[in-house]
Amino acid sequence: MLPSLTVLLLCQLAGEVVVRLLGLPLPGPVIGMVILFLGLVVRGRVPAGLDQAVKAILGNFALLFIPASVGVMVHLGAIWTEALPIAAAVLGSTILTIVATGRLMQALSKPPDNGTDKDRA
Amino acid sequence: MSADLQSIWIYLATSPLLGLTSTLLAYQAAMWLFERCGRRPLLNPILVAVAMIVGFLMATGTEYRTYFDGAQFVHFLLGPATVALAVPLYHQLSLLRRAWPAVLAVVLSGAVVAGASAVAIAWSLGGSERILLSLAPKSVTIPIAMGIAERIGGIPSLTAVMVMLTGMVGAIGGGWILDLARVRNQAARGLALGIASHGIGTVRALQMGETAGAFAGLAIGLTGLATAILVPLLISWVR
Repeated sequence: MLPSLTVLLLCQLAGEVVVRLLGLPLPGPVIGMVILFLGLVVRGRVPAGLDQAVKAILGNFALLFIPASVGVMVHLGAIWTEALPIAAAVLGSTILTIVATGRLMQALSKPPDNGTDKDRA
Repeated sequence: MSADLQSIWIYLATSPLLGLTSTLLAYQAAMWLFERCGRRPLLNPILVAVAMIVGFLMATGTEYRTYFDGAQFVHFLLGPATVALAVPLYHQLSLLRRAWPAVLAVVLSGAVVAGASAVAIAWSLGGSERILLSLAPKSVTIPIAMGIAERIGGIPSLTAVMVMLTGMVGAIGGGWILDLARVRNQAARGLALGIASHGIGTVRALQMGETAGAFAGLAIGLTGLATAILVPLLISWVR
């Protein structure tokens, strides 16, 4: 567990350095994810220890969003006075985005109807 | 006796221990409830845990900042966990090799649809400028969204709330919406949840399966990148 956590932190650290050096408009962990991904591609497999540690972390992914979400209590007033535009925008745009991207991706990943490998997807 | 309790409370209320412990307790209680009731999306563990903690903080008159002093230890793990998403992504390497042009096209159009439709809907209902600007980056993961909001003149912490609400809509309603839209392809389901609802949508996609989870995780970074570039451009173009 500990070596794996160290690998994750090292990738994140490398990501932070890259972001600052290149002035990228992205958070370090996202670049860290790219770095780890490239490392796995080069290595050709996921070490068993890392695989286990990652399963444990992602198994409790939901926990990690709680502290930031509790911040909703600070903005209850502002949200309440503009509840209608906020609710409509969040609901409408999220539904629209899910439908549009889901349909588009499904259409693009479907093999053509006259193809022979129709059931592979 | 009550004076003793009072002094214990004063100690606890200012120590990071309470924020951290209450976060772990609320999460486990919410997970227990979620499992007990057959994993209904409406009993989303994040939503239930947040409601419990907000209720507790308000009842005890504790400020968010005090709570966060303790909860930040959990919040910090969001970074390594984001890095960890590379592993499910790697497991989908062969699928990804075939699908990357489609993924790129879908992420780019998704980033535009998500930002533009949110701003347009709120604007048509008379939303104030600070709300519009805070809404624009709502579909991307918290750290990126807050950075974008700051750059375009929104309120970062308000954006964090919008991001969370958006995540909830995707996590709670995403499965039904995709079923209604007849999207059955697992890669498409995961990608859609990741684009529209970032990490919280990805939590839901991971529950659907490894393929959906991997594509959702992939979408977090790509949508963040696309939105960080496109939204400031769109805003300066509209102004």
